[in-house]
Amino acid sequence: MKEWLSYRPGDFLMFSQRVYERLFVLHNEALWPLPLLALALGAALLLALAFPRPGRVRAALGLLGLAWAFVAWAFLWQRYAPINWGIRYVVPLFALQALLLALGLWRGGLKLPARWDLPRGLGVALVAYAVFLHPLTALLHGRGLAGAEVVGLAPDPLAIATLGVAAMARPASRGWALLAIPALWCLASAATLYLLDSPAAWPPLLAVLVALAARLLPRDSPPASRNSGSAKQNVC
Amino acid sequence: MDSDRHRLSRRRLLGGLGALAAASALPPLPARAATGEILTRALPATGEPLPLVGLGSWITFNVGDDPALLAECTAVMRAFFAGGGRMIDSSPMYGSSQATIGHGLAELDAVEQAYAADKVWTSSPDEGSAQIEASRQHWGVPRFDLLQVHNLVAREANLETLLAMREAGEVRHVGITTSHGRRHDAVEQIMREAPLDFVQLTYNIVDREAEQRLLPLARERGIGVIANRPFQQKRLIRRLEGKPLPDWLAETGAQNWAQFILKFILSHPDVTCAIPATTQVEHVRENLAAAREPLPDAALRRRMADYVAAL
Ligand SMILES: NC(=O)c1ccc[n+]([C@@H]2O[C@H](COP(=O)([O-])OP(=O)(O)OC[C@H]3O[C@@H](n4cnc5c(N)ncnc54)[C@H](OP(=O)(O)O)[C@@H]3O)[C@@H](O)[C@H]2O)c1
Repeated sequence: MKEWLSYRPGDFLMFSQRVYERLFVLHNEALWPLPLLALALGAALLLALAFPRPGRVRAALGLLGLAWAFVAWAFLWQRYAPINWGIRYVVPLFALQALLLALGLWRGGLKLPARWDLPRGLGVALVAYAVFLHPLTALLHGRGLAGAEVVGLAPDPLAIATLGVAAMARPASRGWALLAIPALWCLASAATLYLLDSPAAWPPLLAVLVALAARLLPRDSPPASRNSGSAKQNVC
Repeated sequence: MDSDRHRLSRRRLLGGLGALAAASALPPLPARAATGEILTRALPATGEPLPLVGLGSWITFNVGDDPALLAECTAVMRAFFAGGGRMIDSSPMYGSSQATIGHGLAELDAVEQAYAADKVWTSSPDEGSAQIEASRQHWGVPRFDLLQVHNLVAREANLETLLAMREAGEVRHVGITTSHGRRHDAVEQIMREAPLDFVQLTYNIVDREAEQRLLPLARERGIGVIANRPFQQKRLIRRLEGKPLPDWLAETGAQNWAQFILKFILSHPDVTCAIPATTQVEHVRENLAAAREPLPDAALRRRMADYVAAL
């Protein structure tokens, strides 16, 4: 016990801020022009969630699932794990999240609300933030847009976008299941960035709080007297 | 070639003196160096002289395969060897640091110059040998000069592996490590019981617990001492920066806080070397320069410690 008390949180950090930031610069360089395509796909994801139809929702979930698998391999395994051995244990969790999203597709098991309510508004706002604003946090680091974290290619915006989907997903049990891994990732990332003295520690932390609040808020559910047919129209 | 022979014979000579000091349990004096050369201290076990300043690699060399950062680390290593440094310390725990060192050694063709110090770090001792072999391949050295049980992890079994390797000539020296003043009781016990060549521990101008038991014991048992975290991972330098350096700084031979801190460590007669880590060529030069004459004597060391304590 005495020994554990002698550790500071910073003692567990094994790389410098500069090395961490350069990961994204090198990642974008290696994948160029994929970051542009990823941004376009991110915009399509946002549109699909803002104007949902069953087909669009399935496509959005499929895209997110693919992105989790891609980020697990291309970013976590190839780039991040060499400087942070703990990441090896995170890769299976990312694969599991890809699987959960795929299961959500299966027989339309996961639905998104078609009508606007506060949880849906917060969920869509999180996705919009992840796609369009989060890449700009690279400017807070002072590394320029070459080191931007783009949704679908980097873990933080991907996790934040997925939190957005999980915040509004129905039924609640599936929403919570979809929320757990991105929330854990965002908390770990916020802690890492905080220890690296980065002002960009806040967004992932706030994203978790927003997603939790959205999930806990009362939903605009159909009145009990409505028949199951009209309840179905409430979701996609 | 000639200079190699010269270096060897000089080493042997200094080594003989060092062994003599070890045999008589006197604190080994740093070998006087030609002007501008860095001082060495004899490894008690063999008398082999080691430069007083080595190079750590925790965080600083964990740069993945980033070509720009690899080149910066290679530049640090180039300056280190050019300045007379030899010992580089790493561990399988340090991410890509071992591979960075291997990259630098290959680029600089400096395998011969390096005193390669690494660690075994596994709680499954059966995997120790495979881990050491993987580390060796990262470094690209024929064998390690020193292998240490990192943070006393699975200490008995891992130490057994290392001692067997030393017996078989697969490693030259064997040691254990700790840091932050942790588990000094266990370290003391192993120092008493095992035939160690080195112990690595945290020692600097504010972390001085090792002076009580471990440093005297190291002298008594003929064990070399590697001082890690000389700058408390830079926290100490940050704390002192902006505070006035003493008027009598020139007496210590230091020119700034980093050298002041290092000179305090290096002037302890039972410390074989300190291993500051850095990403900067300028800093590695500064650190090596701290191992030049003069080194503070006991009275000046006390004054240095009191000065820092009073800040
Ligand atoms: N249990 C263990 O086995 C154990 C535990 C801890 C450490 N170690 C070993 O000991 C080594 C040293 O410890 P450490 O790396 O934790 O910390 P350290 O050497 O006390 O401090 C390293 C920091 O000091 C800065 N620095 C170096 N020279 C400087 C100078 N002349 N002026 C200003 N700043 C300077 C470096 O920054 P710049 O890059 O800006 O120069 C670096 O951030 C480690 O790298 C590792 O090899 C072993």
